[in-house]
Amino acid sequence: MVKALYMSISDCTGCQQCEMACSYEHEGVFNPAKSRIKVFNFPEEGRNVPYSCTQCADAWCMQACPVDAIYINTKTGAKEVSDALCVGCKVCTIACPFGTINYNHATGKVIKCDLCGGDPKCVEICPTPALTYIDAEQTGMAKMRLWAKKTDAGQAAQS
Amino acid sequence: MDYVIVGAGPAGVTAAETLRQIDPDGSVVLVGAEADPPYGRMAIPYYLIGKIEADGTYLRKSDNFYESKGIKYVQGVAKSVSPDTGKLVLSDGAEIPYDKLLVATGSHPIRPPVDGLDLAGVHHCWTLEDARAIVRLIGDGKDVVLMGAGFIGCIIMEALAVSGANLTVVEAEDRMVPRMMNQTAGNMISDWCRDKGVNVMTSARVTSVTEGGGKLSVAVDNGQTIAADLVVVATGVKSNAGFLDGSGVETEIGIKVDNHLKTSVDNIYAAGDVAQGPDFSTGGWDVHAIQPTAVEHGRIAALNMAGKDAAYKGSLNMNVLDTLGLISCSFGLWQGTEGGDSVERIDEKKSRYTILNFEGDRLVGALTLGRTDHIGVLRGLIQSNVRLGVWKDRLMADPNRLAEAYIGATRVI
Repeated sequence: MVKALYMSISDCTGCQQCEMACSYEHEGVFNPAKSRIKVFNFPEEGRNVPYSCTQCADAWCMQACPVDAIYINTKTGAKEVSDALCVGCKVCTIACPFGTINYNHATGKVIKCDLCGGDPKCVEICPTPALTYIDAEQTGMAKMRLWAKKTDAGQAAQS
Repeated sequence: MDYVIVGAGPAGVTAAETLRQIDPDGSVVLVGAEADPPYGRMAIPYYLIGKIEADGTYLRKSDNFYESKGIKYVQGVAKSVSPDTGKLVLSDGAEIPYDKLLVATGSHPIRPPVDGLDLAGVHHCWTLEDARAIVRLIGDGKDVVLMGAGFIGCIIMEALAVSGANLTVVEAEDRMVPRMMNQTAGNMISDWCRDKGVNVMTSARVTSVTEGGGKLSVAVDNGQTIAADLVVVATGVKSNAGFLDGSGVETEIGIKVDNHLKTSVDNIYAAGDVAQGPDFSTGGWDVHAIQPTAVEHGRIAALNMAGKDAAYKGSLNMNVLDTLGLISCSFGLWQGTEGGDSVERIDEKKSRYTILNFEGDRLVGALTLGRTDHIGVLRGLIQSNVRLGVWKDRLMADPNRLAEAYIGATRVI
């Protein structure tokens, strides 16, 4: 069973502990700016939305990489960046229509969610059910896939 | 089915892989012109600064990738195509028969009509071989003149500056990266580069290069003369379509294709920098010489070659550039449209700039300087064609809320 990171908008309190856990796990510092998950605030709607890569099937980032530096972790299904191969050209950062792969100025390479190898720290720390790591089919990822399809330049090619 | 792909850049390699996946029984021949294995030109600047070795530029990393996929790799230069007999002819006389041919031959740098560009010490920076020659000439304190501050010139500039060169950039247009940045952003990039010690000349043309006393001497039409150890010519590129003369394949600024990436001749397709494909933003036909378009073209052309019906909605003109640490991005109709709304924010002290262009309540184009976080949502907002609703006013009030607008308008989560 492939599991996915499920981000629920109704349960997020905006505490940002996920950002702290993520940056600490990956960068060794508590710095939300270096987190691969981001909580966006919507004051008009009184809502907080946790947002990160959903490991989409289209894998725009992986397709766009000129040096084969992004690969699929066969255990988790996550698209991961090889630090050894990434040259920092940033093409993936404009290719991903979700904006969930980002340039890290400190390292000169890109970073994205890697599901922490199958044990996502954001889920572990989340005090509410806003972040869960569950069966991919139950995550309502259909919506995300729909938008991926709308963006796809070669829509008919998917069928 | 015999598939032949001429050109082993990102478009050609993606097409070869796609054909192999969807037609396991077909024969796939991939023809590359250069001595190196298929590589990405995007990675050359990182080779120049020593961040990677030559093999770090390779498009696929395993040693026997093509062999293991059952893709026959042939090194050779295309000389002509004969649609009547279904043959691709190489410059060494070899003939490769095809049922379906993909032309993905990319482009080559233009040498402007300036005296002295044939001298030793004058180079393009286009191929890995060019890069090897440049590596031998750069070093701390070397005098380098870069002709052209377009995207390619600028991406090389970074590497030249890192090498410790005394760098002069001569650009004929009135600003840097004129085909990717507007006046405001182009000027901010110039200011940034000057601040980093680069001698930037705009609205200036090199009139001649001469040699004397072991140095090159570069004359510019603004009256200045610059001594140089190395001159790099990056004044534009032209598509590699000349070998199609007499084949009946129609060309304009690139090879004309339909929305299935088929050319005017049956069984011949085109993809990548050589193809003048559908433009998502204008509905017209253009060359978008960028990696994501090359890969999309390669995949879609391959699907159609294998008998699927894959229509292409068009590529989005977009790019990302790092000029000595200042990162700029362009998307879609960044120049704006007649009658469309725009919102612009400038912070000159922090070298940050954003302009968003709308048509009705849809985003159609954008430029950014100095921001990288969640930048891809600009593509998402434009290419999903989403109606922004309340988010248009919110973006007009604060164009920094890009990611929120994407999440809010698409209700992706």
